[in-house]
Amino acid sequence: MEGPIRAREALALTLFSLLFFLSRSSALHDLLISNAERRIDLSSHIVKVYLTLKVENAGSSPASEVVLAFPPSQVDHLATVEALATKGKRKKTTFVRLEVKPTELPDAPNDTKYFTIYLANPLNSAESITLEVLYMLTHSLEPFPAEIGQSESQLVYYRDSALVLSPYHIKQQTTFIKTPSTKVDSFTRVEPTNRAGTEIKYGPYEDHTPYSFSAILVHFENNSPFAVVEELVREVEISHWGNLQVTEQYKLVHAGARHKGVFSRYLLARLPPRVHSVYYRDEIGNISSSHLRTDSRKSELEIEPRYPLFGGWKATFVIGYGLPLQDFLFESSEDRRYVNFTFGCPLMETVVDKLTIKVVLPEGSKDPSAVVPFPVDQHLETKYSYLDVVGRTVVVLEKKNVVPGHNSHFQVYYTFKPIFMLAEPLMLASAFFLFFVACIAYLHIDLSIRK
Amino acid sequence: MSSMISSDLLKPFKLKTKQQELLIRVSILCLVYILAFITRLFSVLRYESMIHEFDPYFNYRTTLYLTQNGFYDFWNWFDSESWYPLGRIIGGTLYPGLMVTAALIYRLLHFLRFAVHIREVCVLTAPFFASNTTLVAYFFGKEIWDSGAGLVAAILIAVCPGYISRSVAGSYDNEGVAIFALLFTFYLFVKAVNTGSLAWGLASAFGYFYMVSAWGGYVFIINLIPLYVLVLLITGRYSMRLYVAYNCMYILGMLLAMQIRFVGFQHVQSGEHMAAMGVFFLMQVFYFLDWVKHMLSDTKLFQAFLKITVTFAVAVGAVALGVGMVSGYISPWTGRFYSLLDPTYAKDHIPIIASVSEHQPTAWSSFMFDFHILLFLFPAGLYFCFKRLSDATIFIVMYGLTSLYFAGVMVRLILVATPAVCLISAIAVSATVKNLTVLLRSKNKVVQTGSTKGTSSGKASSKASLDQSQPFQKNGAMALLFGAFYLLSKYATHCTWVTSEAYSSPSIVLAARGAHGNRVIFDDYREAYFWLRQNTPPDAKVMSWWDYGYQITAMGNRTVIVDNNTWNNTHIATVGRAMSSYEDEAYEIMRSLDVDYVLVVFGGVTGYSSDDINKFLWMVRIGGGVFPVIREPDYLVNGEYRVDKGAAPKMLNCLMYKLSYYRFGELVTEYGRPPGYDRARGVEIGNKDIKLEHLEEAFTTSNWIVRIYKVKPPNNRW
Repeated sequence: MEGPIRAREALALTLFSLLFFLSRSSALHDLLISNAERRIDLSSHIVKVYLTLKVENAGSSPASEVVLAFPPSQVDHLATVEALATKGKRKKTTFVRLEVKPTELPDAPNDTKYFTIYLANPLNSAESITLEVLYMLTHSLEPFPAEIGQSESQLVYYRDSALVLSPYHIKQQTTFIKTPSTKVDSFTRVEPTNRAGTEIKYGPYEDHTPYSFSAILVHFENNSPFAVVEELVREVEISHWGNLQVTEQYKLVHAGARHKGVFSRYLLARLPPRVHSVYYRDEIGNISSSHLRTDSRKSELEIEPRYPLFGGWKATFVIGYGLPLQDFLFESSEDRRYVNFTFGCPLMETVVDKLTIKVVLPEGSKDPSAVVPFPVDQHLETKYSYLDVVGRTVVVLEKKNVVPGHNSHFQVYYTFKPIFMLAEPLMLASAFFLFFVACIAYLHIDLSIRK
Repeated sequence: MSSMISSDLLKPFKLKTKQQELLIRVSILCLVYILAFITRLFSVLRYESMIHEFDPYFNYRTTLYLTQNGFYDFWNWFDSESWYPLGRIIGGTLYPGLMVTAALIYRLLHFLRFAVHIREVCVLTAPFFASNTTLVAYFFGKEIWDSGAGLVAAILIAVCPGYISRSVAGSYDNEGVAIFALLFTFYLFVKAVNTGSLAWGLASAFGYFYMVSAWGGYVFIINLIPLYVLVLLITGRYSMRLYVAYNCMYILGMLLAMQIRFVGFQHVQSGEHMAAMGVFFLMQVFYFLDWVKHMLSDTKLFQAFLKITVTFAVAVGAVALGVGMVSGYISPWTGRFYSLLDPTYAKDHIPIIASVSEHQPTAWSSFMFDFHILLFLFPAGLYFCFKRLSDATIFIVMYGLTSLYFAGVMVRLILVATPAVCLISAIAVSATVKNLTVLLRSKNKVVQTGSTKGTSSGKASSKASLDQSQPFQKNGAMALLFGAFYLLSKYATHCTWVTSEAYSSPSIVLAARGAHGNRVIFDDYREAYFWLRQNTPPDAKVMSWWDYGYQITAMGNRTVIVDNNTWNNTHIATVGRAMSSYEDEAYEIMRSLDVDYVLVVFGGVTGYSSDDINKFLWMVRIGGGVFPVIREPDYLVNGEYRVDKGAAPKMLNCLMYKLSYYRFGELVTEYGRPPGYDRARGVEIGNKDIKLEHLEEAFTTSNWIVRIYKVKPPNNRW
């Protein structure tokens, strides 16, 4: 085990030193990390990693960017990366949210992927800053054994590195892994390694060169339900007659070990307050097992899949509800309106592999634009609903790997002239009018040939 | 009656009497139209907008296919998901009328920009056509008797339970549109006979075409109409009108019907359709003789000619029929047709027909249940019809009598009798009420008796009453009117009650009252079907008794071995044999059919009585009918069917028993009873220690109603 890793390290090091001489592409090597502390929380099926970095500028020029590195296997499962800069000393500490963007660096060793943190103020030479980084990983716990009996508990693998992967030199680092229970079957030892209660401590390790990597494997018990929504399509339809109709199509899967005991039968969906006409159904009809509790601040819909979900089983269903328009639609300027709605999945504690939000604007609205706090794929579609002639503009937002951390608000702006509201009633009225006129005409015209 | 009251109310509007009458008639018809629709919505309000029962699921699935893939794909559809491994040619084995109708409504609504789901269209097709039927009933009644009878007929048929049983929302079955088509064809034909117009004859041919495209019950039309024509010929009511109407309807109707692939050339090849052809030729002979009679003035010569021609025609007809039968060109009557004529036939010869509960002979109570007062009004209506005999009343009398006979043979044919019973009863109600009201009015205006404009019978009765001048005539009439009103209101309440209690349950979702009076829903069927849909490989083959075939393909979207289209008796018998064999024998059969999952329906936990154990004897009978290895006495003890300790050993170890009761012995179903107490049959089961060797339990629904087992792959030999 040790051999190849050492070899890879050496290779990485060589590559890196080559890089060092060939290009001075960024402020990469000016920085060094004096202390890194990483806490990995494995208690649910979403892996949360809190990384505290003390970054020091060892170079001469001021640095405005800090680069985080991730192994390619983790990047695919990476749901969010957030970074905060801490200021001030204890008790008076304030946090400043920093912008994080995925970046490509040339000649990344072993397909390492990068995220760049843009500092609010450039870090001057010999100064240091403490950064708090939070990132979440989905689908990173692999059930092993993959198939188990009903009474057995579920064991999973977690793979990572004992050392923080970084393009910078790290002077000192520690990694804590928190498991949901004390039942840990095995874990890789990279001395010094300690285990106390539900925590495994790797480190402290001193002075590691950039791109140091030491693979570890933790095999532990995790009985939390592995609720994964493979695909969620949320359709928000705006009617200026006072209703906001939401339809959510779920493709739910229990991603745990096959034939694992029953998935906590109840799922909780947190819906906005003042929700009305809620339905819960699937392709073949209504599902009668749901309860709705409402109060002034929130509505909670407790739903039960049609059948208990064992590991590997799937269920698809649709939740739909209406909301009062005035809670979500606002006017920004003359004829310009925006709808303010929550991104993310209303189900508590679930991962969504692929989330599509469709905002259906009323017929006749123009210039739609969406404002979302994180990068998403956007495009426009047309939908035909009741009595539509030209079709409604649909703003489609797509995002992969959505975790509860993404449940923030987004806005869709559009221009709409209120006169369009009258189009459909007028159409209906004129259709009826024509019908009656035709009836009257028919009664008054004699069509017979014979006299 | 109602028209009288409303006409008083409407006086201030100062419309002419004729206009008033029109307005009232139109508004009554509109109300009846709406009533017929909304009274069928109980199931939607109580449950949800869903498809009911078994066959409608197939219709729904095919309609979905039709709307998604277009008509030509639908017409050429080879369905590999049913009757594995044989498959089924859908386009050639179904009546497409219903699906095409629903798809057209769906297209039309989408063209008008109503973005409805096809399911909603399917659910509401039957009520919509029931509403249309009321209109047809009105026009039919008007044609036979008068517009009053038409209105009453429309009201009666709108709420008649016999019709509602097959046309509630969600009952998306052929009958839903077929009764409309049936009555419409009859109406158009009677209209054609009455007018002698080619246009109406053409219209009735198209009506017949629609009926043929919608339901196999068209055979009733193609036999009743010739019979009717024959009766008219015998009673000397032959006329040019009849000649035009029948020839046009028969020839065009036959040619049009041949366009339906499922029917094909049956009109000229099958024994069931020969009566129509015979009457057609007879008609030509009749016409020819008439012409000859017209040309020949000599009666004696004509008599001789008549004798020769009739003998010749009969001989030719008999020889043609005989040759056709012997050479096999004309197929003999089918078993289904025989079982209609002879109620005991199916029981002895075709167990698969006899096993269906709706094919049983009708009990008196269900006549009462479905017709209520119409059962008493029917003879009264017949009396009125005979009193005023015409071509049209002869038709309705014949329709009523024949269909009532068939209704007595099979429960489901009450449906066919319903329009006739409603029409004839409407005549009774309308004629009686009219007589009584005329009586009341004439009493008030003794002076103007002569000028009373009423029907001839009304006039006659009023005159008679004046002549006899009985003292309590008016009071008696009032009392009788109230009696009629009371009876009709009773009819209305009965109909509503029956609709809401008996005919509005989707049967796929079961509802029961809980211990605290709350409603408990057993949604096990859909739970199981949806599980199949989501958690089994897409090409998995599911074996179950044929009752559930349509539902598994429609809701579970999985391949089935047999389904409700019981076209291949051997295949069904194979499944019956597998279910009634020991597990290792059954395993061989299941391996040969590539079965991956076995689905059984079990009511032992909930007390649901129409489960597979109660149907099991039919599986044994049907299986035994083809494979003599299966013998019914092996499953009985002294002719008694039991599942407890005293059951036959073969019964206790056959596949169906094992799959139904697997691990049931550990379960306590009722407080104070031993474990393994079967609530559907009220006994403790006889074999509590069931081990499965070749199958494993894959899924059991929350109330154990549906149990699914996975067939294990064969063991490795090494």
